Amino acid sequence: MRAAALALCAGVGVLLGRAVLSMPETEAGVAPLIEANLAASGVKNPVTAVLLNFRGYDTLLEIAVLVLATIGVLSLSASKPGTWAPVAAQADPVLSALARFLAPVMVLVSGYLLWAGEHAPGGAFQAGSVIGAAGVLLALSGYARPAWVSRFALRAAISVGFIVFLGTAAGSMLAGGTLLEYPPELAKTLIIVVETWLTVSIAAILISLFIASASPAEQLRRRTESEW
Amino acid sequence: MVSQTDLYTLAGALLFVIGLYGIITRPHLLHKILALNISSAGVFFVLVGIARRVPGPTPDPLPHAMVLTGIVVTVSSTAFALALAKRIYTDTGVAVLDASDIEAEERTGG
Repeated sequence: MRAAALALCAGVGVLLGRAVLSMPETEAGVAPLIEANLAASGVKNPVTAVLLNFRGYDTLLEIAVLVLATIGVLSLSASKPGTWAPVAAQADPVLSALARFLAPVMVLVSGYLLWAGEHAPGGAFQAGSVIGAAGVLLALSGYARPAWVSRFALRAAISVGFIVFLGTAAGSMLAGGTLLEYPPELAKTLIIVVETWLTVSIAAILISLFIASASPAEQLRRRTESEW
Repeated sequence: MVSQTDLYTLAGALLFVIGLYGIITRPHLLHKILALNISSAGVFFVLVGIARRVPGPTPDPLPHAMVLTGIVVTVSSTAFALALAKRIYTDTGVAVLDASDIEAEERTGG
C-alpha cells in the first residue's frame, strides 16, 4: 500500500516537474490584456480588477463556497448553531488586555486594506480576514458573543456579501449586459459596495467557522485534565 | 540550467506530491487534513511561479487572483473537513481511518 502510494506520488511528481520545465521561459499570457482594459475596470490594482471585474464569477462562486462551508460547519457542530460561547476556559488577564487594545486597531487596519485594495495590494478578503482574526482573538481571550449581535444578525452578516454580490451580478444582466458586466462609469462604485459587504460577510464567516469548530471551554478543560 | 522561477515552481510541485502522499498513507483524519493543506500550498507555489513568467518586472495578476481565491476555498474546505472530523470523533470515539476495519466489514458483508 505504502509502496504503491510512493510510486504513484513519484510518478505524479516527475510528470509535474517535466510540465514545469517544459513551460516557456517567458510567456505574455493574459497580462497585456488585463493592462489594456484596466482603465475600464474601475480600479487601479490589477489583482482587484481580475477578482471583482474580469473574473468576478470566480469571486462570486468563492463567497458561495464560503457560505456553504459555514452552513455545513454550523450544522455539524454539536453546540447550538450561532451561539458564541467563550472558547477559553479562563480569561488570561494579559491576553484579554492585549485583545482589548488590538481589536480596534485591527478593525482600523481592515478598513485601510479595504480602501487600499482599489489601487494597491489589499481588498475584501484581506480586510475580512483581519476582522476575523480580531474576532478569534476576542473569543480566545474569553469574550462571549455580545448581546447586541443576535443569532439572526450573525446569519444575516454571513450571507449579506453573497446576496449583495449576486444582486449586483443579476442587476448587470437585467440592465442589458451579461453577468457581472459593469458599465465602466459605475464600475468603481459597484466594486466598492460589493467589497464592503464582502468584508462584513468574510469576517462573520471566519469567526463563525472558528467558534463552531472550537470546543467549548468546559469541554476543553475536562479533556486537558484527562486525556492530554 | 534551471532558473530561479523554475526552482520555485518545482518546489511547489514537490510540496503537492508530499501532501498527496500524506493524504493517501496517513490514516489519522487530522493528518489527512494537514496533508491536504500542504498540497494546496504546493498549488499556490506553482501558480505564483507561473505568474513570474511574464516579461517585465510586474507579475501576471491572473494567477495571483487565483491564489487569493484558492486560499479562501482552502480555508473553508479545511474548516468543513475539521468539523466533519470532529463530529466523527464525538460520535464514534475514533478519528483514524483504519483499513482493517473496512476489510472486516467487507468480510461480514456489512
